[in-house]
Amino acid sequence: MKRALASFATAAMMLAGSANAGELVIIFDDPNPGPKAAFEKVVADFDAANPDITVNLSINDREAHKTAIRNFLSADAPDVTAWYPGNRMGPFVDAGQFEDISDLWASDPNLSKSFEAIKPTMTRDGKQWGVPYSYYQWGMYYRKDIFDKHGIAEPKTWDELLAACAKLKENGVTPITIGTKYLWTAAGVFDYLNLRTNGYDVHNDLTAGKIAYTDDRIRATFAKWEELVRPGYFVENHASMSWQDAIAPFANGEAAMYVMGNFAVGAMKDAGLTNDQIDFFQFPEITPGMPRAEEAPADALFIPSGAKNKADARKFLAFVARPDVQSEWNIAIGQLPPNSEAKVGDDKFIQEGMATVSTASGLAQFYDRDAPAEMAKAGMEGFQEFMVKPDRLDAILKRLDKVQKKVYK
Amino acid sequence: MRSGHGNSLSLMPVLFIAPALLFFVVYVILPIFQSFYISFHEWDGLGEMTWVGFDHYAYLLDDDKFYTSLKNNLLWLVLYMLAVPAGLFIALYLNQTVRGIRLYKSMFFFPFVISQIVVGLIFSWFYNPSFGVVGHLFEFFGASPPSILGDERYVTYGIIFAGLWPQIAYCMILYLTGLNNVAPEQIEAGRLDGAKGWRLLWHVVLPQLWPATFLAIVVTVIGALRSFDMIAIMTQGGPYGSSNVLSYYMYETALSEYGFEMGYGSAIAVVLFLIMLCFIVAFLWKMYQDEKDWR
Repeated sequence: MKRALASFATAAMMLAGSANAGELVIIFDDPNPGPKAAFEKVVADFDAANPDITVNLSINDREAHKTAIRNFLSADAPDVTAWYPGNRMGPFVDAGQFEDISDLWASDPNLSKSFEAIKPTMTRDGKQWGVPYSYYQWGMYYRKDIFDKHGIAEPKTWDELLAACAKLKENGVTPITIGTKYLWTAAGVFDYLNLRTNGYDVHNDLTAGKIAYTDDRIRATFAKWEELVRPGYFVENHASMSWQDAIAPFANGEAAMYVMGNFAVGAMKDAGLTNDQIDFFQFPEITPGMPRAEEAPADALFIPSGAKNKADARKFLAFVARPDVQSEWNIAIGQLPPNSEAKVGDDKFIQEGMATVSTASGLAQFYDRDAPAEMAKAGMEGFQEFMVKPDRLDAILKRLDKVQKKVYK
Repeated sequence: MRSGHGNSLSLMPVLFIAPALLFFVVYVILPIFQSFYISFHEWDGLGEMTWVGFDHYAYLLDDDKFYTSLKNNLLWLVLYMLAVPAGLFIALYLNQTVRGIRLYKSMFFFPFVISQIVVGLIFSWFYNPSFGVVGHLFEFFGASPPSILGDERYVTYGIIFAGLWPQIAYCMILYLTGLNNVAPEQIEAGRLDGAKGWRLLWHVVLPQLWPATFLAIVVTVIGALRSFDMIAIMTQGGPYGSSNVLSYYMYETALSEYGFEMGYGSAIAVVLFLIMLCFIVAFLWKMYQDEKDWR
């Protein structure tokens, strides 16, 4: 599969047999035009700065990469590969397939100073395993024109959010759109309700298997969720819609809010909305005084332990950590640079995103990256079922406890 | 055929069958035993395998999602059988000589030619409550359209219905070829004896179609048990696992993004294999009996 997907560059490399000294093989995982061009620019700049190193870049389809990586890490490892931090890197770290780059984190001037906020995410067993190149904020995206029309201000508290929902509903607008066919969107809502109700530590303890799902604190989170589900504040038929499908009611004015990551803005604009119509607010406070933690999933680059050219791979990761590189790259793809010294784009969503995450008390990766895969799957199915059949809450939570016992033993 | 020496007579069949047998053993038989082996272990596909004995099977007995999948598999088996009579009637209808019948036949056969993935996609658009045909139909009658693929009550029926479309075409083509072999003299004789309509079909035509019927049943049972593509493309087993079947549940636990639980996935595969084995043995037994009769 990997061979079929790899570009001609890799094919040529394979024909040549093993990689030469000074050749750096990189596998990236985003073939969409924008991110692809931005990464190719980074590689070209690195090439120009290091004439003795030839970079051999291939770009996989994002979903195919998730399967392919399990084969190429053991069979024919590249020198650098894209992957996700948090629990998602766990299986590869535990199987000894990622290189420990704690030395680079300690010695590199950027990594040692400007990545404090995101360092815990890249850490497992007290060591660092990769370099993050980008992340993005989550929060509530809303139709400003619809809010204005009905005289609704950005809700700051839970009561204000409920009041806004009630008002929208009265006026024939479904308050919140969502598409849960692929499940993870529901996890975004759950994470925010849980972070605002119980805080960052409970999120981490839950995803680490230290708190049961039938715990009263988690029940409190679901109780808040129920206040949105019972009155029908989410769009109907969300279980058969993808997140892209769910943009349709948002774009045509049938729904007014969307709990989403910043990548959705591009899709909203493609659906015909303008910057004046869309805006962003932080998910409202639920438990008064609870320190505000945010969802901010990161993307990172790793060195496989089977890499042939680890010295140059480290050079590349150090290059990627530089503030100027991170600025340019993230401005190009419309996301946030993990390096705190890097400049941020002047797009209003990026600005608001930066303001949101830089002042957050903690950054969660996302339910399905913080929890082990099997738990995440069962959990997200439970969330979806709850959104359709809130009466089954007890059965769902008991089932999740059972899965939890099996997963974390 | 020239009869050879005793030695070459016993050697030649073995030689001819050897390449096929080799691949069959390597790609079919060995993996079956591997699945059994892996199902007794905890393994994420990367690290060490640890022996857990029958733990996975014990968990399976207490797994709601497993029972949901099993129940859906049964639904598939029963409802998919509708393809056999439906295929027969379309074949009977099309088995006439009028101008352009070849065109009609090929149009009826069309759904079997296109990929299951495409069929799944087309039907998910049909079922879409906001812009699909079904949605418009309900709105025409003033009812609010159901979300067929988003509602646990309808979702499996919706997928099976989509799956029936190509399966009926398949059974139809089997019967059309079968109808070519029906002896006209026998029908003539039946007519002379005063049989017509249903009686003619039941007592004269159908017995002659038995080989086609048997084949249609076999491919339909197998098709129902390995239903996978439709579910993967239409719902991914959702909403919340309510349209899962064993083959997709196995894929999900062992190979999907949130899976890589090789041991548990293998345990599901073993169960599915044992269910299939019952049918396979029954079919082989039937074929063996039939051949004995013909000798």
